[in-house]
Parts: sequence; structure tokens; C-alpha cells
Amino acid sequence: MGIIESSHLSYDYVKLNEEGNAEGVTRAVDDVSLSVEPGQFIAILGHNGSGKSTLARHINALLVPTEGSIFVDGKDTAKEENVWDVRQSAGMVFQNPDNQIIGQVVEEDVGFGPENMGVPTKEIWERVEESLRAVGMYAYRKHSPNKLSGGQKQRVSIAGVLAMHPKCIVLDEPTAMLDPDGRKSVIRAARALNDVERVTVILITHYMEEVIYADRVFVMDKGRIVMQGTPREVFSHVEQLKALRLDVPQVTLLAYALQKSGLPLPDGILTAEELELELKKLRDRKNAAGGAAGAKEAGADGWNVGEEEPDAVDGGTA
Amino acid sequence: MALKLEHVTYIYGADTQLPVRALDDICLEIPDGQFIGLIGHTGSGKSTLVQHLNGLIRPSQGRITWNGRDIWEAGFPKKELRSSVGLVFQYPEHQLFEADVFSDVCFGPNNLGLPREEVQKRARRALELVGIPEALYGQSPFELSGGQKRRAAIAGVLAMEPKILVLDEPTAGLDPKGRDEILGQIAGLKKETGISVVLVSHSMEDVANYVERIVVMSQGHILFDGEPRQVFRHKRELEEVGLAVPQVTDILHRLSAAGFAVDTDATTVPEARDTILKALGGKWDGPAAGRGAMGEKEKC
Amino acid sequence: MLRDITLGQYYQTDSLLHRLDSRVKLTATLLFIISLFLVNNLWGYVMAAAFLAVCIRLSHVPFRYMVKGMRTILFLLLFALVFNLFLTPGTPVVRLWKLTVTKEGIRMAAQIAVRLVLLIIGSSLMTLTTTPNHLTDGLESLMKPLKKLRVPVHEVAMMMSIALRFIPILMEETDKIMKAQIARGADFESGNLIQRAKAMVPLLVPLFIAAFRRANDLALAMEARCYRGGEGRTKMKPLVYQRRDYMAYAVLLLYFAAVIVIGRILPI
Repeated sequence: MGIIESSHLSYDYVKLNEEGNAEGVTRAVDDVSLSVEPGQFIAILGHNGSGKSTLARHINALLVPTEGSIFVDGKDTAKEENVWDVRQSAGMVFQNPDNQIIGQVVEEDVGFGPENMGVPTKEIWERVEESLRAVGMYAYRKHSPNKLSGGQKQRVSIAGVLAMHPKCIVLDEPTAMLDPDGRKSVIRAARALNDVERVTVILITHYMEEVIYADRVFVMDKGRIVMQGTPREVFSHVEQLKALRLDVPQVTLLAYALQKSGLPLPDGILTAEELELELKKLRDRKNAAGGAAGAKEAGADGWNVGEEEPDAVDGGTA
Repeated sequence: MALKLEHVTYIYGADTQLPVRALDDICLEIPDGQFIGLIGHTGSGKSTLVQHLNGLIRPSQGRITWNGRDIWEAGFPKKELRSSVGLVFQYPEHQLFEADVFSDVCFGPNNLGLPREEVQKRARRALELVGIPEALYGQSPFELSGGQKRRAAIAGVLAMEPKILVLDEPTAGLDPKGRDEILGQIAGLKKETGISVVLVSHSMEDVANYVERIVVMSQGHILFDGEPRQVFRHKRELEEVGLAVPQVTDILHRLSAAGFAVDTDATTVPEARDTILKALGGKWDGPAAGRGAMGEKEKC
Repeated sequence: MLRDITLGQYYQTDSLLHRLDSRVKLTATLLFIISLFLVNNLWGYVMAAAFLAVCIRLSHVPFRYMVKGMRTILFLLLFALVFNLFLTPGTPVVRLWKLTVTKEGIRMAAQIAVRLVLLIIGSSLMTLTTTPNHLTDGLESLMKPLKKLRVPVHEVAMMMSIALRFIPILMEETDKIMKAQIARGADFESGNLIQRAKAMVPLLVPLFIAAFRRANDLALAMEARCYRGGEGRTKMKPLVYQRRDYMAYAVLLLYFAAVIVIGRILPI
């Protein structure tokens, strides 16, 4: 059995009017069934309002399903007596780096979770040290969180969750408020947790370049899972991703545009290195096949230069 | 109508043990009707620079002139400057406070002491420019969606009818959809009103498609100032200061180094596609020709 | 401007005072304040000041840093000074228009000023050398007897520690919102009292909303990390008295006894 098993999970937000009566119901998560194996790196993509954060909060028992069920490490989150076990086995890191650090000193914040769990003092110190080392923030253990950068604060938050020795960590848009450097450092820390500590990671984001290392990607829209697969499988559906208004990396867009112009490139190219390699292969093949004579004329063998319909590739320009 | 910064230096905490030179000898001119991207890392000094533009911070050295007049000379009408140089802060939705959207947008022009009809006319126009439908005018600003809130807040500054609109990271925290909407809207209103727009960002990719000039800041200095394609030629220097060129430019540089005859000046996906196809179809020996020496920091 | 408030802020360094148990420091602060109000002659104040000076030396916190914090309460100090200077009845010394400065007034004003300055430096020395977490732990531990009276000691302590953590964040936020509204032509500086009060609305409303948003996020984050009140909680840094703490208590008692003997009994 997987570490997270949801079946037909739905969640309704009920909007109350001023008298406290139900005014309207919004279905935020709609019939989601998914299964996550221990040790996997999972990414959930979708734009704001797609239901991805609502789904995330179910994994930590901050919300319980309106319909259907979700089991975390074999425990039903809807059962009152399981709540604390669930929260311990599935930690959560939130979006705003300022609003989740409780301690006034980095190490005290990391110790907050274990303190709540009733871990003996000596062990708290061991856990704090190892967690801070795992995210590369041990040197800052005596610092005030207010003086750290956004990326550093998020790594402290990750350490704070790690110190609770969870089986899985849910990162709910941890990079949305960070600059590119901070974003990279947080993603690096999350990958290290998965690679080294074998913690199951569930990364929720709207940046596609952050999910290329995931084992499995789920794309959400209007509360439903609309696509799933390996990053390569998901990224090969460029048109569909663009229709969902997701941020397809420029390399993938470019590879797709080249493909549409007739270049025999593989589907779902994710990085610049990959594209470079594939193009080199093409060049070598062409050199070998056509020799020196055939390859001189531009566009002579079916590759159309600049004749694509203009709306096929726009690079995100309005 | 131009805003000019001459040798502006700003030192934080001058009276403490650790003074920080946030801005160092900045020379910059913002002419009429230009679309400028101001790029820099967190802590590069771009936010400090931006607050100099409308007189919120006084430079430690150097001067700032608006239409040739020093904005820090005695009797300079600060309020007028603040309406001429509209500054939209990061997360501007955090400044919303009125009971309804329309009143909130009226706050700025009201402070200018304009007659009521004029205030309302401006508010209406500003809301139209950012694409907030009339049905939402009477709603509480706190009930809008994230993207709408931000646009309403931008309208609050636009309603002062500035000649220069400065936006500090207007896309921070938005998802790609919200980001594209905001950037599209800004480009649209730039076109429609003809005002100057300064877009502050740490993402080259975001601004490359919109602006006609890029100013790159690092450690309080202006590193480059020029057209996007000129600036992107300095891929290595940019990477050294922690900034990335757009992925497309990165790929073209890689290919060029690998012997493909691609034009590394291409900045958009269609341009890149065309030059790659051409390079694959034709010759591919030697790097692309035609590099200019432009894009260096402008001396003043 | 708002950054200058050092009152209630922790100054990070390593010193004997930093390492002392927070219960010792809390008790010391309390006794020190009491001693200030019991003393009524010059030698007593000299002793109190000397005691404080030694503590400041031991704390490794730069004196300048503390003085900077004083600036914010200068107004309060001046007010108390002027009030006492002119409104204490007694032998007149100088007459200024309708106000009379009396000998007793001068004495009183000087006394009040010295007391206030010592009191504020003394208590800020405690907050400067004690992390809010320690401080609240200490308070919680000292107030434990109140638990029997159903006072939610742990919850109060937790609330205080969180409030302290968010002070600098909200300060920064205030600064930002203020600037944003000034950029929209708001004027916080001119006009009469009513106009000024009205001008605060565009600052206060967003600030309140921000505070609530943060509170909400924080509550969620705490819950996600298994926080459920003081029940069954262990401590990362439990309060255990060391030898130095007992010694500090002894020094403290010595000081208190001496200051009372000298400060109350010796004539000036």
C-alpha cells in the first residue's frame, strides 16, 4: 500500500453569509484518486485556484474530505484519533516564509515540532542538528530568522518539518515568493531530502522547471487531475499545457516548435543540455547521410523556415 | 518631461558601524514614453533606486532632476512629483483599505485635491486600463481574486495619471496565468497612454518580451544599459552576478559554442526556431558574426 | 526610524548574562526595579547604577546600542521630568512666568529621571540578553503556581513569544504601507489632530488585515507541526539551574541587601 492513498476525494468550500447560513458551495477538489509510493518525488502542478493547495492540506489532516477518503501511512485522516499521527508522518511547508517560523532563533524554531511531539530533550538536539545539516543551514542555527533571505527561511521551515521525522513532506508552493536563487536552493534541498533521506516529497508548484526531476507529475485544473505521468510524458503535451495556462519552459517550447517545423526531435525535451545534444546528433546524422553536397541549401529537405502559423509558438507573450 | 539621476549615491545607516552603499554613482535618464526593464538580484539596490525616483528617499550624494529642476531644492512640489512618477510597490494589494474598489482607486486623485468629477473620471479610466469590469467597482477590494486585487491596486496609482509608471516586481507571487495577464495589461496600457513604464524584476525572461531597454543592476551599480539583445550578449557577466539570460538565449549561446551558425541575438522562441533551422540547413562552421560593442554601461 | 526601537529586542552574542537562566534574570530585574523604588539617597542610586554598569559590561552588549533604544522613550522621560520639576510644591528656587521651580521639584525630577533611566536600561538589558523563548519559558516556569488557579500560563507565554517575534515584521510592514500610501499622495505629517487621525486610516486598515493574515497563516503552520497547547510538550532548552545561576542568586541577594542598607539608612 502506498504512503498516500486517496480515493474519490472531494472537498467543498462552503461560503457563509453574514447570518452564518450557507450561501454557496464551491467544489475545490473534485473526485481525486491518487496513490503515492514511499520514497517517490511527486509534483502537483496547476495554477491558482486549481485545487492543488486544498488537496495538499488533506494530506496533513488540516482539512478532511467532504466525500471520499484519504489514507496517510495507512491511517484515515477523517478519524479524529489519527490526526496527530497523520501530522507527524506528513509534514507541511507553506508558501510565505515569514508566516511559518515560530522561533526567534533558527534552532529553536526547528525544535518546535519535536517539542510538540514530546521528544526527549537530548534527542531534540540531535534531530535539530541533523535536520539543519540536511538543508545546509547548520551554520545559521544561532541566527534570528528575520535576518535570513527568503530561500534560507524556507530551508529552515523544511528543517523544522524534517526534525519531526516525517515519512513524507508536502511543500505547498514553497518557492512562489522567492527570487531565482532562493528558488533553486529550496528545490535543491527538497531533492536532497528525497535522494539522501529517502523522504517522500510532494512538491506543489506552478513553476514547471521545478518538476523536471520528479518521478511523477500530476496536473490539476478545476479541482480535478487532468494529466499525470513522468515529466517527459506530461511535457510532451505542449498544446494541452498551454491551454491550461501553465508555464512551459522555453526549451520545451522551442523543441516543440522545431519538431513542428519537421525536425525529428524526441518528445518532451526538458533541459537546454538535452536540446543541444539532440541537435548535435541531428547534425552528425545529416553530415553522415548527405555528405558535403546535400546539406548546403537551407530548407531544402522539408524543414520549413519561418512558415509556421504564428500562434503556435508565442513564448508566453501577450 | 524627463527624470534624470546624476551620480546618485545612497548610503544606508551612515551613522552606524556598518554603513551600506546601496546605490553607488548611478546615472540614469528616463525619457518620455519608454518601456524600461530594471533587472537585478535581491539586494542589488533596485528597490532603493526606485524609491529615489519619486522622492521617498533622499540621495546621500548626487542629484535627481524632474524637467531640469532638482527635486530636493526648497519649495519643490513633492506632491506633484509623486503624481507624475507613480510608484507601485511590491505586493501593492497590501495597501488597499477602502470599503469598495472604486473609492480605493479614488484615494490617489483625491489627495491631489482634484474636483470630484475629475477624480471619478480618472478612477474610471484607470480601472478600465487595468481591465477591472464595472460590476466589481462596488465590491470590497478584499473579495477580489489575487490577480484582480493587484490590478485594482495598480489602478490606484494609475488614477493619478503619472507620466512615468514604476512597478516594483508586479508579478511577484502570482501564478503564470496571473503574471501573463498583468504583464499584458501593462504593455497594453503603455501602448494606449504612451507613458513611460519602468518594470522592476529579477527575471529577464519575464521582461525580455515587453521592454525596449534593459537596465541591469548589481551591488548598487548599473552594470548594463541597452536594448535587450545587446544586454543578453553579456551572458557570462550576467551569470556571474546571479542573473540568467532567457533560456532561449542560453540555448543559442550553447549551440553557437558547439559550432552551429546561429544568430545568438534571437530572444523569442520563434526567432530561435528560425535561426536554428537555418543553421541546420545551411553552413555551420564558426560562431555567429555581427557582434556589436553596444550594451555597455552608458557613461554620463 | 522604526528600526531604532531596541526595547524588547534580543541582541545576539555570547556572554555570561546570555547564558544565565532566564528565571534568574527575571527575578533579578524584578528585584532591581524594587530596589530602585526603595532607595532614597544618592549612594543608593550610585550603587544601583554601578551594579547595572557591571551587568552591562558582563553582557557584551554595546552601551551605544542601549542608548539608541532610549531615544524612543525620550519623550516620556522629558514629560515626567518637566511635570515634576514644575508641579512639586516646596521652597521656590527659580520663577519662570507662572511656573515655579522648587528645590524639592529639582530633587524629585532628578530622582524620577534617574529611576526611569535605570529602570529602562535594566529591563532592556534583560530582553537584550534573553531570547524571547527563554524569557517566556522563564515566565511560564515562575508563574507555574498560577496554573492551579486555572490561569492559562503556557498559552499566555506562547502568545507573548509570538508577539515578540512579529514586532519587527509588523514594523517593516508599517514602513512599507506608509511609503506606498505616500506614493499615492497621502499626507501623514500636516493638518490638525483630527485630520492626522483620519490620515491614519489608510495605514491602519491594511496593517490590521496584514496582522490577521499572518496570524491565520501562523496558526495553520503551528497546527501542522502538531502544536496542541502545553500538554505533553517537552522542551528543547529546559530550564535547569547551573552553578553559575546559584552564584548569581547569591550576588543578587547581596546586592539587594546592601542597596537597602545603604540606600535607605545612610544619610546623604
